[in-house]
Parts: sequence; structure tokens; C-alpha cells
Amino acid sequence: MNQNNVILNTLTYVVFFMIFLFSIHIFLAGHFAPGGGFVGGLLMASGLLLLYVTFDLETVRKMLPINYSILVAIGLLFALGTASIGLVAGDAFFTHYFNHFQLPLLGDSELHTAMLFDTGVYLVVVGVTMMIIESIGGDQ
Amino acid sequence: MNSMNSAVFPIIVPLFFAILLMFAPTQRVYQKIVATIGILSTLSMSVFVLQKVHTDGAQVVTFGSWQAPFGITMVADSISTLFVTAASLVTLFIIWYSFTAIDREREGNYYYAVVLLMLVGVNGAFTTGDLFNLFVFFEVFLMASYLLSVLGGTKQQLKESLKYMFINVFASALFVIGVAMLYAVVGTLNMADISVRVTQLEQPAIVTAISVVLFIVFAFKAALFPFFFWLPSAYSAPPIPIMALFGALLTKVGVYSILRTYTLLFPLDTTFTHTLLMILGIATMVVGCIGALASWNVVKIIIYNIFIAVGLLIYSISLFNEESFAGMLYYTVHDMLIKAALFLLVGLLVYVTGTQQLRQMGGILTRYPTFAWTFFIAILCIAGIPPFSGFIGKMLIVKGGFASGHIAGSIWVLFSSLIVLWSMIRIFIYAFWSKEGRFETVPKPTYVKMLVPTVTLVALCVAYGIFSSVVWPYVQDGAKLLMDPTLYSQFVLKGVK
Repeated sequence: MNQNNVILNTLTYVVFFMIFLFSIHIFLAGHFAPGGGFVGGLLMASGLLLLYVTFDLETVRKMLPINYSILVAIGLLFALGTASIGLVAGDAFFTHYFNHFQLPLLGDSELHTAMLFDTGVYLVVVGVTMMIIESIGGDQ
Repeated sequence: MNSMNSAVFPIIVPLFFAILLMFAPTQRVYQKIVATIGILSTLSMSVFVLQKVHTDGAQVVTFGSWQAPFGITMVADSISTLFVTAASLVTLFIIWYSFTAIDREREGNYYYAVVLLMLVGVNGAFTTGDLFNLFVFFEVFLMASYLLSVLGGTKQQLKESLKYMFINVFASALFVIGVAMLYAVVGTLNMADISVRVTQLEQPAIVTAISVVLFIVFAFKAALFPFFFWLPSAYSAPPIPIMALFGALLTKVGVYSILRTYTLLFPLDTTFTHTLLMILGIATMVVGCIGALASWNVVKIIIYNIFIAVGLLIYSISLFNEESFAGMLYYTVHDMLIKAALFLLVGLLVYVTGTQQLRQMGGILTRYPTFAWTFFIAILCIAGIPPFSGFIGKMLIVKGGFASGHIAGSIWVLFSSLIVLWSMIRIFIYAFWSKEGRFETVPKPTYVKMLVPTVTLVALCVAYGIFSSVVWPYVQDGAKLLMDPTLYSQFVLKGVK
């Protein structure tokens, strides 16, 4: 496109980070509020989609050199690995564990292995969505 | 490593290796090595679980250490582990055969990863003890099968995979509706719990209606009459190893689900449901017989033989006695092995002749004697000639049929074996005996590489028939379990009132 999209470009710089942070917020809130890995992942993918709309495929690939099929595999490994903690610990498959920790700045926080599983879901959703968009958008 | 989780090992091991395969899709050597290790460890896990189930009783694990009806339960009893072991065994041979039979383009596009993922789905569907989880595993292997049926992107594959997907999306939607209806009536999704509650309610008419909705879903997957129309064309589009994988495993999952549905979930209104099963089973056999005799395409002949086997299995479920169940379990394992073997043999036949048309073939016996006699033995196996593997299963089913007074059905079973033999021996006479037909010039090493797994698989089928006493105790355990659904609920819902 030869048009000069100054407004779109400038807005994208700001809005992309807002979407990114909001997706992280939704992802972390999942245990006690609506949200979680799936919605968070979709939001992240929509943020990346905004980059694709604003710039072209090659520029975004240069900015974020990520192989999305490997991202999917890593996400699946996260999920399977979290589910397999129970195997090693002597409980049933998919048993989750949690405890309270005193973290610096955050104070008393509850950390749960379900979040690791959600990380896997997040990565798979981002990876799959971007693979679909890239493979359809990349064709001539 | 504790052993309470052994039921899930045949599912998570292939999943792990499928994930590993996704990291380097284009490295052919890496793909082959990891796929081999993956399928070998899956098989050894299945055999380990089979042994464990036989010595210690059924293995039950409820995910996340929750109580049984509230969490997802995985149940490895003698029936499911027998099927899981057979499925892993068949996949091993198909992967071995694929090393030479699948082209580089498909190999570089996640072929082995998807084959392992399909095994994850099939093993999961056999092992699960939760109705909705069964749906999820159905989708896992269906997604994998969509990809396998379209992989390579030839015109015919694109055409047929579209139909295949439409049919299966429709059936899956019906599955969800059936599960929703059942959940509205009994308020639980755990199969053991459903079984208990349906028995308490004494199976009202609405539950029988729901059982028919679920039956239609599984009949689509198992290709029963009148839901079989998609199968012949959908299965003949992809390359031979994929066809073998579909033919050996996918319809059997449908049969397994029908077996579970009508022995465990809805066992009370047998006069209606089992008459339905019997009529449709026999009708499916008739369709298969007509198709197998009418076709002159070698691939289609084998595909129509799938119908005959599925019809026979459904007929044996409808008989509902211990003998026919034992026969059914024995025959399913036999049929998985022999169908895979026949597809691999036909693949070799098409490879050396360069055509699927029976009329253009001829004279293979003089050029490839080893191949020819292997094919002949496979024919004896599938027809059920006594020392070979098809015999015992069919004999028990027929015996069970006579015992429950279904003389005509059992005589039709015997007659259908004759037609199976006829349709197969026709391939032998035309392609192997008659005058010299078409031949492609095939490189000898490739031919040998494809022949070795095929011959091994046929040898395994023969061994399965001759050493049937080895498998017999597992089959007997399974048949006992099928006759008494309360046993299943007892070991799943241990300690829950």
C-alpha cells in the first residue's frame, strides 16, 4: 500500500502494548475471575494480528522471529509436563499442587501448578492462531 | 514411579513422542528414529498394562486425585487394554511400512506426528471412562484422520476428505446433543455412574431414545447400514498406509463404543435395542458382501470386507451371551491385525502392478512367489480356516448365535465367510495365477523393504490363531466383565455410595 498510514502506525505502537498487557492480565486472573489461558492467548494473537494489519508480513517476521509451530510444541510440552508432575510425585495423573509464598513486592501469594498448564494452553492458542493467519495470509 | 497411573501410559507416551516430532518436521532421519522409539515404547507400555490388568485386576485412575464420579476416570480393563495393545501393534507395522511407502513430501509435513496423535486418540477412546472425554478423544483421532486423509493434496484426496469431514462434523454434533440429553436425564457423565443411575431409574423410554441417538453417532463412525455411504470413497482416496490405519482402527472405535454403550450404559431394554443391533449388523454384512463381490478394484474389495467384519461384530454384540462376547473380543483383535495386513498386501500389489484394476493384473505367482504365498495365507486367515486366526472368533459367535436361538443370523454369518473367501480368492486367481498381466519395473530393495513388515504382520496373524491359548485368558476376563456391568461400576466407584 502506498498510502501513508501515520495514524494507524502510531496508534499501533501504543495499542499493541496495551493489548499485550491486558492479555497477560486476563491470563493471570484466570483462577479467581473470568479469563485464563485460552482467552489470554486469543487476545495476544489479536494483538499480533494488529501488527500484521499495520505492517506487512515480512516486517512483522523481522520484528518477532518466532517459529509458531515450535511454539505450539513447547506449549504442549508445558501442558503434558505439568500433568505429569503427579506421575513423579506418586499421585494420580493431572494432580495439581499449590502453596502460599511470601514474594517480594507482591506479599502473600498463592502459586498453583495449574498456571503452568495454562501457560501451555496460552502458548498453543497463540501458536495455532498465528500459524493459521500466517499460512493463509502468506499465500500468494 | 508408582503404578496407579498405568492406565494412562499408552496415551501419554505417543503424545510425548508426537510433540517431540513437531520440533523438526523436515529432518527425515530424526522423524523416523523418534517415531520408531515412540511406537515401540507405546507398544511395550500397552503390553505392560495388559499384563498388569490380568494379574492385579482393572487399572483405574481418576485425574487430579478427585473422587471417581467427579473427576475424569480412565479405566483399563481387559477389554480396553486388549484393544489398546492391538491398536499399538497395528500402528507399529504401519509406521514400519510407511518408511518406504510414504513419499518425502508427506513425511516432511508432520506425517509421523499425526499418526502418533491418531493413536493417542484411539487409545484414549478405548481407555476412557467418561462419556464427554470419549467425545474429546473421538475428536482427537478424527482431527488427525482429517489431516491424514488430506495430506499430500491430490485432487481426489481433497474431494473425499471434504465429504469425510462433513459427515464426521455432523456425527460429532449429534454426539454432543446425545450427551447433553443424557446429562439432562441422569445428571452425570461418568460411565460407571451413568450405568448405576440408569439401572436405578430402570431405563425409562427417554433413556432408550437417547441410546439410539448415541447409537446413530457410533454407527456413523463404524459405518453401519444405513450410515455407511461415506466410507468406500473416503477410504480409497489416501495412500495405502493411511488407508490401512483407517481400515484397521477407526471403525473399530465405533464398534467398541457401541459395545460399551449397550453392555454398560443401557443394558436393560434389550428386546428393542438388541433387535435393532441385530438387524443393522446383518444388513451391514449384506452390503459388504454385495460390494466385495461387485467390485473389480482390489482396494475396494478390501474396503467392503471391512463392512462384513463390522456387521459381524455388531451382530455378535446383539447376541448378548458370554460366548458371543468372547468371540467378539477375539475377532476384533484378529480383524485389526488382518485388515491392516491385507491393506499392506494390496498396497504392495498395486505397487508392483501399477494398477488397482484386478482385470489388468496377472502372473504375480511366478515373479513374486513369497509375496503370493503370503497373500494366500492372509486369505486363509481372513476367511477363518481352522488353524488360522479368523476361526475361533467366528466359531464362538456362531455358537453363541445358535445358543440364543438365532439360527438364520448365524447361518448368514457362515455364508458371509464363504463370500469373504470368494471375494479374496478371486484376487488370488486373477492377479496371481492367470496369464502375465501388467507390471511396473520396481527396484528390488524397495520391494523387499515393503515386503518384510507385511510378511511379519501376516506371520503374527497366523501366530495369533495358532497360539490362541495365550490370548484366551484375557478374552475370557473381558467377556465376564461384559456380561456383568455392575463389576465395572464397582471397581470404578470404589468407596463411593
